[in-house]
Amino acid sequence: MKNVTHPSGAGAIPGSSFWNQPVYRSLIIQAITFALIAGTGYYLISNLVMNLNARNIPIGLDFLAQRAGFDIGDAAITYTAQDSYGRAFVVGIINTLKVSLISILLATVIGIVIGIARLSPNWLVKNLTRGYVEYMRNVPLLLQLFFWYALLTHALPSARQAFNPVPGVFLSNRGLFLPTLESDSGFYFLLFGLLAGLTAALIWRFRANTLQKGTGRQLPVFWPFIALLATGGLVGWLLSPQGITVDMPALKGFNFKGGIEITTEFFCLMIGLVTYTSAFIAENVRSGILAVNKGQQEAASSLGLSPVRSQRLVILPQALRVIIPPTTSQYMNVIKNSSLGVAIGYSDLVSVGGTTLNQTGQAVECISLIMLVYLCTSLATSLFMNWYNASVALTER
Amino acid sequence: MKSFKLLTTGFLALSLAAASASAATLDTVKERGKLLCGSNGKTAGFSAPNAKGKMSGFDVDFCRAISAAIFNDPDKVEYIPLTSKQRLTALQSGEIDVLSRTTTWTMSRDSGMGLSFAATTIYDGQGFMVHKDLGVTSALELAGAAVCTRTGTTTELNMADFFNKNKMEYKPVVFEDRSEEKSAFFSGRCDVMTADRIAMAGIRANAPGNPDDYIILPEVISKEPLALAVRSNDSEWFSLVRWVAYALINAEEMGVTSDNLAKMLKSEDPAIQRLLGVNGNLGEKVGLKKDWAANAIGAVGNYSEIFERHVGPNSPLKIERGINALWNQGGILYAAPIR
Repeated sequence: MKNVTHPSGAGAIPGSSFWNQPVYRSLIIQAITFALIAGTGYYLISNLVMNLNARNIPIGLDFLAQRAGFDIGDAAITYTAQDSYGRAFVVGIINTLKVSLISILLATVIGIVIGIARLSPNWLVKNLTRGYVEYMRNVPLLLQLFFWYALLTHALPSARQAFNPVPGVFLSNRGLFLPTLESDSGFYFLLFGLLAGLTAALIWRFRANTLQKGTGRQLPVFWPFIALLATGGLVGWLLSPQGITVDMPALKGFNFKGGIEITTEFFCLMIGLVTYTSAFIAENVRSGILAVNKGQQEAASSLGLSPVRSQRLVILPQALRVIIPPTTSQYMNVIKNSSLGVAIGYSDLVSVGGTTLNQTGQAVECISLIMLVYLCTSLATSLFMNWYNASVALTER
Repeated sequence: MKSFKLLTTGFLALSLAAASASAATLDTVKERGKLLCGSNGKTAGFSAPNAKGKMSGFDVDFCRAISAAIFNDPDKVEYIPLTSKQRLTALQSGEIDVLSRTTTWTMSRDSGMGLSFAATTIYDGQGFMVHKDLGVTSALELAGAAVCTRTGTTTELNMADFFNKNKMEYKPVVFEDRSEEKSAFFSGRCDVMTADRIAMAGIRANAPGNPDDYIILPEVISKEPLALAVRSNDSEWFSLVRWVAYALINAEEMGVTSDNLAKMLKSEDPAIQRLLGVNGNLGEKVGLKKDWAANAIGAVGNYSEIFERHVGPNSPLKIERGINALWNQGGILYAAPIR
């Protein structure tokens, strides 16, 4: 009667029929489910291959090696129409990652500031930020992008009448043009100087920390850190034999030549992503701070910490545990939402992939590639954020 | 075993569904009761809603003609608005029956994509439109310009070829949709807009402010035979679409119009009798009734009527017939004879 006293066990029950044995029944149900999924998948794929064959559409990724024949306005690596579709895809991927990464960084900074400001006792600050959050997250992002794009292209002057607030800086509806530093070997000197400065700064911080732990005496850290870094860079620059020249943008013909260009399309997409996402992050931050016990704030105050320091050293580290998981999904949303840039002429992965699709007719391959890239970047973001989340998690002793 | 049976029936049903999807297009269209026409919906003169909210334009009339030839009713058409990026895939996947959307007939699209081009409806060429105050008079002065265009078009490739060939740098700004492209050009974000010249004339005619502030440069940098496209796995449907278009061109050549159709039905000319189905039954060969061409002409008129109505000198686009005149009137419009 052992089986009766442990009915939850997976063993066979003597005396009952084959169909009523839990172990077989569960196996059969799982096998059927698996067969159903695998069968449907096989059917769909074989149907696709059959239809493509019937229409004489070749299958495969060979097209990636062919000459692309189209140009991309905003390419971070050298790319011409002579290059392959594969390289065009890489340009698209870099553009997607570039706008996503910068937007994530800015949205995080703005989101934290707004999230904290929403909890401010000051009526004006509290309600202004509240209005910002409610407006930004309740209007569709695509509309916001159209708004920014129409605003910037119509409100900013044309290239010939560009704003020129500081020599070398031009702002027009083409975009923002900034001077860049140009040198062959100078960069290595600059880099070396910066590295030396960084090492010195880190040593200073380490000494200050040990001094504080040992004696309680505090040394300034922030400004000496910046000063050491800047000095290192400056010395490196001055030591470089050829010197470093500044490449100033200048209007030549229709457009600006030289310097670095931040196109209107990139800027609009970035503004849209940053304002939209920062509203969500602000709410995450606010909920994270509210989740920290009020006693923590009171304890920090009673220890004599200033409001800023108590936020930075006591409240935010604890709030991070609540903030990070929902913020991770916001980061992934930024990457996915960046695909809307195609609507305002930003050459992201979707734009380049779409052109490739149209020129080659390889719809299934192109869309699969685009989806795969988004999947991989989202998974990578998720992995990184999970690692970070684990590192700030409460370690129980 | 019950679930296994269920599984096999499920698969069978799915395969049947797939099989019926590849049945003869004409039968599918008749069964459905309407033609699915891939169109643009945003290009004035070619396909755009008119004042009454009905789709109207040069491209639209070819779908109306096909509908009239099949159903004796030009309005049994559903227009599926497609971007230039979506259009070929929509046709490949069977989402539409015919693509009538300023699509250039090229070798790579005609081979290896499962598509076939049935008939050229208008001969266009790519050109450039610029802001007049730039003082540009030739496309060869465009070095360094920012150029607006749309993704997934032959325009994008021709532009690259033109600037590379003439060793000029340029900055392409590529849009998904025509509305944003136009807005970017008119706001001055781009110095130049490049597109097919006839379509661009429509954009210029509807420019915000004064159309005279913009000029279309004289250079024609490409051949753009804009054609009707169908899937290549149904040769009967291909013939039907081709011969409806050819019938409209032949009608112009023979002087048959929507106005004089009743009189022409009594014509003694054997060629006109063949075209209108008075004598013989050529319609049967493409699966239609013998009055197919008469119905199409009666609904939309002959080629010249369609051209004049939507793009001709008296329309807002103000395009001369030029190379789109009949072969015997100095143009290259030439349809194989109906006999």
